[in-house]
Amino acid sequence: MNNHKLRIAALAAGTALVVAGCAALTSSHDAERDAVALMKKDFHSRGQATLDRLDQDEVQKACTRYAETGKLPEGEAQHLQQAQLATVKYPADGDYLGDWKAGEKIAQTGKGKQWNEKPTAKAGGNCYACHQLAKHELSYGTIGPSLYHFGRTRGYGVDMQKYVYAKVYNPQAFTACSSMPRFGYHGILTEQQIKDVVALLLDPKSPVNQ
Amino acid sequence: MNPIQRAVSLVCAACALAAFGVHAQSSTEQEIEKYRQQVGEENPAELWEMRGEALWKQPRGPKHASLEQCDIGLGPGVVKGAYTVLPKYFADTGKVQDLESRLVTCMETLQGLTREEATKNHFGSGPKRSPMEALVAYITSESRGIPMHVSVSRPEEKEAYEIGKKMFFYRAGPHDFACATCHGHPNLRIRLQDLPNLTDPKDAQRAYTTWPGYRVSQGEVRTMQHRLNDCYRQQRFPEPGYASDAVTALTMYLAVNANGGKYNGPAVKR
Amino acid sequence: MADPMKIRARMEGDLVEVKVLMAHEMETGLRKDSSGKLVPAWFIQNVTATCNGKTVLAAEWGPAVSKNPFLSFRFRGGKPGDKVAISWVDNHGDKRTDEATIS
Repeated sequence: MNNHKLRIAALAAGTALVVAGCAALTSSHDAERDAVALMKKDFHSRGQATLDRLDQDEVQKACTRYAETGKLPEGEAQHLQQAQLATVKYPADGDYLGDWKAGEKIAQTGKGKQWNEKPTAKAGGNCYACHQLAKHELSYGTIGPSLYHFGRTRGYGVDMQKYVYAKVYNPQAFTACSSMPRFGYHGILTEQQIKDVVALLLDPKSPVNQ
Repeated sequence: MNPIQRAVSLVCAACALAAFGVHAQSSTEQEIEKYRQQVGEENPAELWEMRGEALWKQPRGPKHASLEQCDIGLGPGVVKGAYTVLPKYFADTGKVQDLESRLVTCMETLQGLTREEATKNHFGSGPKRSPMEALVAYITSESRGIPMHVSVSRPEEKEAYEIGKKMFFYRAGPHDFACATCHGHPNLRIRLQDLPNLTDPKDAQRAYTTWPGYRVSQGEVRTMQHRLNDCYRQQRFPEPGYASDAVTALTMYLAVNANGGKYNGPAVKR
Repeated sequence: MADPMKIRARMEGDLVEVKVLMAHEMETGLRKDSSGKLVPAWFIQNVTATCNGKTVLAAEWGPAVSKNPFLSFRFRGGKPGDKVAISWVDNHGDKRTDEATIS
């Protein structure tokens, strides 16, 4: 703790020296570094939520860097999306459509990956937290767009199924710095679960399309 | 039924359905609001406030001293309005501290408790309730009606604010979440729950000035410290240390954003 | 020992309005803890209110009453300065009595 205090004091002195030059840039960069150092000092592993979760991958780094100011520069966004699209593992059997009833259950539960949960417990997608889906579910969030009538308005074709599969697997492949979790990439949902969510959106019999 | 009649009745069914949709949502919020008004006058948090005031004055620990000489921001023993200047830099510890961190310090220095003893059972419920929530409820209640005016005039305070801001936007973990994912945009809802945009002074004021809260769903008073801990759980992050510098820094960012808002806690929360 | 109650008693016309907050877990006996074990029932069974020693309210409660219960009632015949005392007894035999002066 004392060490940290000293380091911050030294850092403050350092900042003071360059104030005339590029104060804003320097202090933002330093604050970023200090924030990571402080979190690593003060956070601890609990259950499955281990400390290494604070380590960012390329996407998280880029999206954090531009979070305060707004969107990623166009070129960087394109590059990021291409790299993320390459991470999508499509089902080997070429079948994207699972069971919409199972998909509805996945959309309803937000369990998974939290420190108070068993790591072996199956996770959910928690889609309703952010999206409107089936009309009968009135308790839906507005962080993401409404997906009601998704298949009905966009079509039920195989290309659309493949797109939705990839979108749920890794939304960063299509919208850089999207708020949506990368359900396949991070192994939150299994291949079968993603297929079930695809069916919730794209099975003509799904309540989403009624 | 002739075709026109049928068309009309179909249209009406659609109206009714749409109206029901809107009604069901707003009525949930209205019901919560109604409950809030009913208990608002007699908030069970008052039980914590009473217990906290007694604990503040009660000699405890090896030094058998009360906390009445504790400096929580406006000088030793001053409780009135103290919460509205926190977090704040304290010269004796050389650190920026929030209320809980500061209470831990006073329990150590005035009462002679160890940090482990001072923080035992924090976030506890029922029989395992800790003194901390009661003390925080009492101290915050003594700031009711006073506007938040947290200072960043010292470099240490400014630094805590800047670090807290970085933490707020820091995306990580298996869900790629940051605080800002839910609390960085206007007019969003998670399920039916309105999400305050904590980068916006108006929302930040309304949210910040109503913690701690008596959480009806838990039957307990929960503090800002607990609120942030629970956010990090849902963000799928590792756990932030209780009353740690990291939590203080994030609290500093939120408190400064809430500056000018009249403090109105402890409130009633769902 | 149980925590104190918060009692307010004040005149409203010729009625005395009493508002009481009680600190109690009010376990229904149906809830399970995090390890899946049933939490045993523990709730306030009897509540009495007196004004200068005379009973003005007697109630039998059950497990359906919420945690940290809030009770509000009005009675006739009290005046400023009178003492209102509230007592409860729970199913463990624990009890608590607190008093307030009518304002």
